[in-house]
Amino acid sequence: MELIFEKKGTPSEYVPPCNETLPEPFTRNDLPFPETNEVQVVRHYVKLSTWNFGVDSGMYPLGSCTMKYNPKINEEVARLPGFAGVHPLSEETHVQGALQLMYELEEYLKEITGMAAYTLQPCAGAHGELTGVMIAKAYFVHRDEKRHKILIPDSAHGTNPASASICGFEVVNIPSNAKGGLDIEKLRETVDEQTALLMITNPSTLGLFEENMEEIARMVHAKGALLYCDGANLNAMMGVLRPGDQGVDIIHLNLHKTFSTPHGGGGPGAGPVGVTKALEPFLPIPTLRRNGERYALDYDRPKSIGKVSTFNGNFGVLVRAYTYIRAHGPTLKKLSENAVLNANYLMHALKKEFHLPFDQVCAHEFVLSSTHQQKHGVHTMDIAKRLLDHGVHAPTIYFPLIVNEALMIEPTESESKESLDHFIHAMNEIAREARENPDVLKRAPVHTPVGRLDGVLAARKPNVRWTPPTTPPLPSGIQTGSSIHKAQKLVKIRLEYENNSIRKIMIRGDFFMHPEDQLENLEASLNGTALDAEALEARIRSFLETVQVFGFDEKSLTVAILKAAGKGERA
Amino acid sequence: MKFTKEHEWVNVVDGMVTVGISDFAQKALGDVVSVELPKVGKTFKQGESMAIVDSMKASSDVYAPLSGNIAEVNNELVNHAQWVNESPYEKGWMVKIKIADSKEMDSLMDETAYNEFCAKQPAH
Repeated sequence: MELIFEKKGTPSEYVPPCNETLPEPFTRNDLPFPETNEVQVVRHYVKLSTWNFGVDSGMYPLGSCTMKYNPKINEEVARLPGFAGVHPLSEETHVQGALQLMYELEEYLKEITGMAAYTLQPCAGAHGELTGVMIAKAYFVHRDEKRHKILIPDSAHGTNPASASICGFEVVNIPSNAKGGLDIEKLRETVDEQTALLMITNPSTLGLFEENMEEIARMVHAKGALLYCDGANLNAMMGVLRPGDQGVDIIHLNLHKTFSTPHGGGGPGAGPVGVTKALEPFLPIPTLRRNGERYALDYDRPKSIGKVSTFNGNFGVLVRAYTYIRAHGPTLKKLSENAVLNANYLMHALKKEFHLPFDQVCAHEFVLSSTHQQKHGVHTMDIAKRLLDHGVHAPTIYFPLIVNEALMIEPTESESKESLDHFIHAMNEIAREARENPDVLKRAPVHTPVGRLDGVLAARKPNVRWTPPTTPPLPSGIQTGSSIHKAQKLVKIRLEYENNSIRKIMIRGDFFMHPEDQLENLEASLNGTALDAEALEARIRSFLETVQVFGFDEKSLTVAILKAAGKGERA
Repeated sequence: MKFTKEHEWVNVVDGMVTVGISDFAQKALGDVVSVELPKVGKTFKQGESMAIVDSMKASSDVYAPLSGNIAEVNNELVNHAQWVNESPYEKGWMVKIKIADSKEMDSLMDETAYNEFCAKQPAH
């Protein structure tokens, strides 16, 4: 597909040519702006949008990302003028509704997770992690305790060790046990008075529920350390259990995952952080306060870690998450139950053909490995690419790292049994192809707008900038020129000429021609014509006998061409 | 040539130790797209992370197989990351270390032991 810069179009008639609005010395003809009119621009971008794959177009089982459907009511509420038009510097008295929404959202999140207080400022999950680790650090500094270690299981999201390192902590890895849970004995050996935090993900990135959470919390607290829960996988247990009741001290949520706001492609997200009563003084400022029926922002909090976002986070995401919670109410629990049911249904059906390293009841997602298919030379990448041909987005692949050639599948509660069965059928077809005709998988995808891309080359030598094709310098004796002439419609000429005759000509404008494709013939027929009014008019007249044109005639087009050759108006 | 459990290889020539990652490691990582090497002169303890290898699958630490001082790094890898895949034991070398304690060599595996170790890697 062409880029918008490569389109050959006619400039919109609404836009005046530059040389009518700018004085001559300031105009340039060598800028490669797209010359397109409105309909070309609209078609270009609509076409691009149809090449996109989104959760509105099909199943999107991207493990760890909770790509659930985003109900349209969320969008409707977020577009209400009072929310969409709110200015972050407005007086509190003018934005009572927005503050009330944020206050109530915090209350709902407290209720859902069992935490004592929340901040809504962090703009994504990893930002929430960083905020949580900063809160823990401030807590220990305030208590005058020197703790420099953060323990992280080997199945954690890569952002966990990154957040810990950015805050200056040393990361200590805790291995998983044979059942995919945290190795309790290893934790007992490792946790000590130097430990600030254990950062755990529950359910883990293997999609497995951590069975020993209460014991883990006791062991961590016994050494004076805090328990951090990465809440990215909350979709498995909303309304079923509350991390706060299990002894979690800090948790971040991914509203864009669990509470259904559009994400992917880099955001925007929201990563609120919930804490226990003891950690509340360290939350970022401002916090929200309610005085009777009025809501206010509280900046007077001396122990706070300060701001982590210029204003109050991604407010538009908060409105969508609030709407989602209000729309579902007590049935949020049902969503989690269905998410877990869907994942187990898929896992059970797929484990016949695919290797399931941890064969037990899963939570909202599960991890397969392509071990069986590798015997036929087929790798996880090939399976993922072939799924695109079945109209399904590929699952997360090669994560978590503790599973060889992983396929991490999370259907979410949004998928019907029909679409789950389609996915199972597609996966089983792929398993059959791996046995019978593995080459098909190596070539996949074949039904997508672009085929298999060279990801390695793209990563090693990224080329992210379009450069216009260079035109070779013209041989000597050849001259160039251009003109814009107002005939009945606008006509724009680009001309190359030699010895007073046309070598090459480009005619553009907002005129109409029927049949449209005859413009190239007109241009071709003018090649070699002398730059002389009579010769040009004769040639154009004979062309106009076969084609209908509205916008110029032989006389006005001749004037335009002669102007481009520097011959000015005809005498 | 000796090996670590973290899949680095080590080759001693005149008290200078050349380090890279093993053929098993490069196969497991897949296509390597970039290598981040330490600065010359930096000191590492055995087992500390000293370099990072990015592949299409993952970003992985390379650990110092022995304690010592970085004497030389293979800057060619910045533009030729594929050498880690194509030639892990020759063109794909990463750093040369002036080692602090030659006794640490005892903790490394010889080729036979390393091959046995690789064969036992869990194939989850």
